[in-house]
This record gives sequence, C-alpha cells and structure tokens, in this order.
Amino acid sequence: MTDFLTLALGFILAMLALGLVSILRGPEDTDRMMAAQLIGTGGIAALLLLGTVTGVPAAIDVALTLALLATFASIAFVKKGLSSLDADGTGALEEK
Amino acid sequence: MSLARDIVTIAAVSAGAFFFLAGTVGLLRFPDTLTRLHALTKADNLGLGLVVLGLLPQAGSLRDGLKLVSIWLLGLLAGATVSQLIARTARRRETAR
Amino acid sequence: MSIATLFEIVLVAVMLGLGIWTITVRETYSAAVGFIAYGLLVALIWVRLDAVDVALTEAAIGGGLSGVLLLGAAARLRGAEPRAATAPGKATRAAAAAVSVLTAAALATAVLLLPDSVPTLAPTVVANAWATSLANPVTNVLMAFRAMDTMLEKVVLLLAIIGVWSLASDNAWGGRPGPRHQADPQGILVFLARLLPPIGIVIGIYIFWTGANHPGGAFQGGAILASMWLLAVMAGLTDMPPVSSRWLRFVLVAGPGLFLLVGIFGLWLGPGFLAYPRTLAKPLILGIEVAMVLTIAATLGLLLAGAPERSVRR
Repeated sequence: MTDFLTLALGFILAMLALGLVSILRGPEDTDRMMAAQLIGTGGIAALLLLGTVTGVPAAIDVALTLALLATFASIAFVKKGLSSLDADGTGALEEK
Repeated sequence: MSLARDIVTIAAVSAGAFFFLAGTVGLLRFPDTLTRLHALTKADNLGLGLVVLGLLPQAGSLRDGLKLVSIWLLGLLAGATVSQLIARTARRRETAR
Repeated sequence: MSIATLFEIVLVAVMLGLGIWTITVRETYSAAVGFIAYGLLVALIWVRLDAVDVALTEAAIGGGLSGVLLLGAAARLRGAEPRAATAPGKATRAAAAAVSVLTAAALATAVLLLPDSVPTLAPTVVANAWATSLANPVTNVLMAFRAMDTMLEKVVLLLAIIGVWSLASDNAWGGRPGPRHQADPQGILVFLARLLPPIGIVIGIYIFWTGANHPGGAFQGGAILASMWLLAVMAGLTDMPPVSSRWLRFVLVAGPGLFLLVGIFGLWLGPGFLAYPRTLAKPLILGIEVAMVLTIAATLGLLLAGAPERSVRR
C-alpha cells in the first residue's frame, strides 16, 4: 500500500512538473496565471499522498492552507497581470 | 474489511493519477489558452477528487475525512472561479490585439 | 533503489528546475509566478522532512504572501522595465552567482558533515512540555522557552510597517494604501470574495488554535486571515482603512504590546522578564497569541497593500 501510494505520488509529481514546463514555456502571461491553479490541484494531491505515505497526519492542514493560498495567489496573478489593458486594479475586471 | 478498503484506495488513486495524466497531456497538446485551461481545471480537479476519495478509507478519523472532503470542495470552488477569470483575461487580450 | 528514493529524486529535480527557471527567466512577472510556485511546492519538502510547522509557514508566507508582494512590485515596474540600459553588467552578475554558489556549497557541506549523533535540544524541549502543558514543541519554543525572540520579531514587523508607510508621498500621508479596486458586483470575483473569506477565516482561526497541540500557530493563522482580507479588498468589497486611523494602529501594536505587558508582569511577580507563573502559563500564552494573530493579520495585509497612495480629505 505504501509503495503503491509512493508510486502514485511520484507519478502525480512528474505530471505536475510536465504541466509546469508547459505553462512556464508558454508565450503569454495568461499561461503563467494557470500555474497557481495547477499547483492548487496537483500540489494538494501530492501533499495528501505524502502525508499518508510518511505518516504525517498534519499534512492535511498544510493542504488546506495550500488550497486557500493558491486561490489567493491565482486571483493576485489575474489582477496584477492585467496592466497591459488597465493599470493594476483600478479597472473593472469584468464587463457585463 | 481492510482488504476492501485497500482495493478502494488503489482503484480510486489509480483513476485519479490517470486523470492527472489526461490533464497534463491536454495541457501539453492543446493549441490555445482556453482549451488548455479547460484541460487543467476539469481533469486535474477530477483527479484530485478521486485521490481524496481514495485516501478517505485510510483517514484516521471522521474529522480527517471531513477535512479531506472540504479540501476537495475548496479546490472545486477555486477551479471554477479562477478559470473563468483567466479565460476572460485571455479573451480580452485576444480582442485587444 | 527504493520507490521512496525515486520519489525524492523527482521532487528535488522539479524544485531545482523550477528554481533555475525562476532565476533565468527574463520577465519579472514570470519570475514572480515562478517564485510563488516554488514557495508553494517547497512545502512538500518540509512535510517530507517532518517539519510541518515550517511547511505551513512556507505555504502561507513564503509562497503565498511574499510572492504576491513581489508580484505587486513586478506589476508596478512593468511600464518602466528597462532592459539593456540599466541591467547589471556581466561582472556583477558573475560575482552574484559566485557568492550564491559558495553560500549554497558551504551550507551543503555543513549539513553533510554533521556528526551522526547530531547535538540537539529537541528531546529536552519535549521533556519540558509539562511547564506550559502545550503539546506542540514548536509552540513551546516560540512562546515559552524563547519568547523574547518572538516578541522582538513582532516589533520588527512593526518597524517594517513604519518603513513602508514612510514611503508615502506628502499629500498621501496618513491616507489609504493602494488603489481603489472595483469589480462587477454581479461578477465572479465578487462571488468568490463573498464565499471564500468566511471559510478562510474559520480555517485561519483553526490553524491558529490547533497550534497549541499540533502543527500550527499564530503566524500561519494570521497569514491566512491576512490573505482573506486582501481577497475582499482586491474584489472591491471593502477598502483599506487609512493608515492614520486609531483602531488600526491599536491593532498593530496590540500583539507586541500585550507581549511586553505580560513580560513586565512576570518581572514584577518574581522570576524574571517573560517568566510565566506555572498555573497561568497556558491562558497567558493563548491570550498573547490571540493578540498576535490580529496584529500579524493586520501587519501582513498592510505590508502587501503598500504605501499610502490616496489622501484622506478632512
């Protein structure tokens, strides 16, 4: 069981790495904005598996914190990445 | 009983890993930002949900299980909203060009 | 080679690759994104090393908040990003690289050359947990055995905020930090900013409260609360208060102030500065931590908001 979970953990981490490569190589800023979303899902899955594998139950709390902060970082990416269209934050983010 | 739990864990985590693979393949192969965003949020969130489902039988207590489920729900909420925001940004950049 | 070692190799490779990319990429925005990604993923390494308190702090502050701070700076520099004109010369960059490599090599050598029975105080800390009846050894060290350091750190935070505020222009002195954010009130950002902060506040308070016996603590909880506050501000649901407001300044001083008061109380009662009386240790520590959570949340939020930019007309 532990070996299987470690294998899954390594696999998901490798997928995360490949996803990061794709995102960070993209030509646009909008590609980078997806990085926090990628870590918000892949990183949390890796963290939960790691917590079970190494027997650290408090890893769930770290995953909870990571979920919140990754969301916050994603919003910040979108807000601060807009400045080619409007100054950071002062324009409306969405139109009706 | 423990064997049934292990089977559920192995099955769910394997399925979760498969969806992560699908999401990453989509991320690598899809042509533009909107489709890649789609692959990222939908497939990866489903993968996370399956991994959480697989880890639920291994959780030590009810509280840990509830925390696991709430982590997945938070991930869903974040994915749904952030993908919309990024998509609108991408669309506005396209029309601005 | 076991599967566990294989996983560790993958983890290290990912982190190294991400780190190298963050340093070498050209655009500041991309580098800030890489920094945040790196910070969030280092939490994995800390959990692997069984240092969950550090993992929490890394995820909350190292990855999330300080990364967004850099992002804000990158956004401000965007319009005026000079390339060849004022970029550091080759000799400077080579010197910086040499110093970084030497420092990393020295650290690695020091860690690898540690004796097999590493001299450590950890068992002593665990053995003395009866003094405060808190089970988390990290909290014991931070709040009881080395409480002086923690108090002085809070004062450092206060100095940092004063430094940031002093950057305000003359007519914005004492005003509100940052621009006025606005978003479509029927839109998604406002929806998220209405839904997530209550959940985040509960989680933040939980992480703070569980720090007594499990990994967690005031710093991590305060960072989560600060991020939820900033989320509401970024969606335009609430505005940053003017830095001259009394209650804001009171909250900022409450943490170190209460710490100092308890310290003087200990001096007056007998043993020494910051000596907690045995029976009152746990309530005193928790009381200080409550004040500290509020102070840390307010300080981190204000640090990220920046120097005052909008004047408050009287």
